[in-house]
Amino acid sequence: MPGEGAEAPAGEAGEAQGAEAAAPVGEERRRILRNAAAVGLATGAYGLSFGALGTAAHLSVAQTCVLSLVLFSGASQFAYVGSVAHPLAASFSALLLGLRNGLYSLRNRPVLEAGGLRRLLAAQLTIDESTAMLSAEGRLGAARLAFWATGASVYLCWNLATFLGALGAARLGSPQRFGLDAAEPAAFLALLAPRLTTRRSLAVALAGAGIAVALAPVVPAGVPILAAAAVAVAAGVRR
Amino acid sequence: MSWGWVLLASGLCLAAKAAGYVVPARLVDRPVITEVGLMLPVSLLAALAALDTVTSGGHYVLDARLPAMGVALLAVWRKAPFIVVVVLAALTAALWRLA
Repeated sequence: MPGEGAEAPAGEAGEAQGAEAAAPVGEERRRILRNAAAVGLATGAYGLSFGALGTAAHLSVAQTCVLSLVLFSGASQFAYVGSVAHPLAASFSALLLGLRNGLYSLRNRPVLEAGGLRRLLAAQLTIDESTAMLSAEGRLGAARLAFWATGASVYLCWNLATFLGALGAARLGSPQRFGLDAAEPAAFLALLAPRLTTRRSLAVALAGAGIAVALAPVVPAGVPILAAAAVAVAAGVRR
Repeated sequence: MSWGWVLLASGLCLAAKAAGYVVPARLVDRPVITEVGLMLPVSLLAALAALDTVTSGGHYVLDARLPAMGVALLAVWRKAPFIVVVVLAALTAALWRLA
């Protein structure tokens, strides 16, 4: 299975296994670790706003932190706290948004070749950022280090920031006074923007938003999100 | 009860990640599944952003969130970083309500 159909890093895994899979040293190692730290710090900013929105949505500080510690996937977490008044719908939206991580796992699997406990750890650290950094490296050993370093750095920063944000907002009081109710859709928009790379994705976004808003007053909570998910399925199948 | 839901949502999302490391690749490594998986966040995030802007508890409610999202759209279009988009939107809504 390794290498089969996968992209660059795993592609050359067969030959020259030694040099290819060797852990990076010197400048290469420093570059990867520096990038991982930078990505972690940048993600910390999201973590602060997530923590604040979590307690503003009447989750406790501990519950908000557990979402970051265990669920650990930004878009899903924002979706969960965004509709926490309807927890079944909220959980379902979080899962639908988290399905892409399963696809990332599938891609990363032949590169990481992790077994046992390391495999569980790899699963937990499989998110947009760690997958992107893994994919950006050409050499197998470098790709592995990029995944683990980025995953660990984002995990640390994200959880620390969540805690600080949750604690801070819990002391502020009324969310509306500070415009936190508007921070939420803005967070979704900012998470969406980098994914709008093609006309097709823009069309899917507009269709999803349109159908959800049109249905909102006439169907139970959660159904508008399902309708938006149906748009994505239809777009994927028709391709 | 809300602890139960928090743990359920967390467990489901962790399971989705883990699934990619255990299911046979040939079952799910298909173009259709990849495409749907990549389109889901696009349509869902757009729907969530729109719903949170113009609805509240299943009704259309137009308030300070609308100008705030206008500012957020502008910020996103100018490629502002995440935290700038969020803070600008919150500030706009807070100021709109003061005015």
